[in-house]
Amino acid sequence: MERMNVNPTRMMLTSLKKRLKTASRGHKLMKDKRDELMKSFLELARENGRLREQVESGLEEVYKAFTVASSIISNEVIEESLMFPKQGVSLSVDTKNIMSVEVPVFSFTTTTSESGNIFPYGFARTSGELDMAVEGLSDLFPMLLELAAKEKETALLAAELEKTRRRVNALEYVMIPRLEMTIKYITMKLDENERGNQTRLMKVKDMMLEQAIKDRRKKNEEMFGA
Amino acid sequence: MYKIGVIGDRESVMGFKALGLDVFPCDDSESGRKTLHNIAKSDYAIIYITEGLAYAIRSDIDEYNDSKLPAIIPIPGRDGATGRGMDSVRKSVERAVGADILFGGNK
Repeated sequence: MERMNVNPTRMMLTSLKKRLKTASRGHKLMKDKRDELMKSFLELARENGRLREQVESGLEEVYKAFTVASSIISNEVIEESLMFPKQGVSLSVDTKNIMSVEVPVFSFTTTTSESGNIFPYGFARTSGELDMAVEGLSDLFPMLLELAAKEKETALLAAELEKTRRRVNALEYVMIPRLEMTIKYITMKLDENERGNQTRLMKVKDMMLEQAIKDRRKKNEEMFGA
Repeated sequence: MYKIGVIGDRESVMGFKALGLDVFPCDDSESGRKTLHNIAKSDYAIIYITEGLAYAIRSDIDEYNDSKLPAIIPIPGRDGATGRGMDSVRKSVERAVGADILFGGNK
């Protein structure tokens, strides 16, 4: 890991140390978030898979019933019969917050003129098979709705999880090592400067001492020699 | 108030009409794509789309993956489940975990 390109000053060292502290704390928090998200996500995905299997097999039954119905009465008649539905569905959407991910919650209300009778056609021209098919589909509908909510939730959580995972990795393998490297570099550079200074001072002291001895000697010679 | 839309071939989506859902029969992928974008922009919260069509226009569907609404859900068409609906769940898991650890091995 290469270090950052900064000036090795004491001020930079302080600010980098502060950044490292923030990064490590962020990393810990992110990691916790990732673990918790993963836990709820896996549970949700498993449930989603189960629900999807149920819906798929349920729909298959419904399609079978429609096929049977269309073999008895013509497609045109079926289509005509279903053209003006008696029932209306309106959907309201709330949001739920899972680990700071906003996920939609659907709830639906059906508007029918008479409850228990969802068939938008008279029974004279159609067969009982069509009734069964429509009824089957209407029974399946709450499950379909649940599937929609679950599946969206799974997708949104997956996106958030991916983002969090990337952030954790970036902090762990790029940001933090790089900061540590740079801090080490600055510390070493500063220490090196300190040592250089020390030797220089010692050398200067030696030189000054030598000069002083020489001066003293000269003075003595002048005093006693002459 | 939000609405629920169903896109797919005429045969498959016919029944949903009886429930009071808004049905958009589309027989080719081009018109399917147009319809999808059109209704995704208006107030449809859930859009069911038959698997065959969903597979053909999957790149367009992926655009709505990260937004809260609409939820675009593939459902099997009249010719039976192809397993592609399950793929969307599998894809989510792969995206989140990095590998498919839940539904692997059955494909």
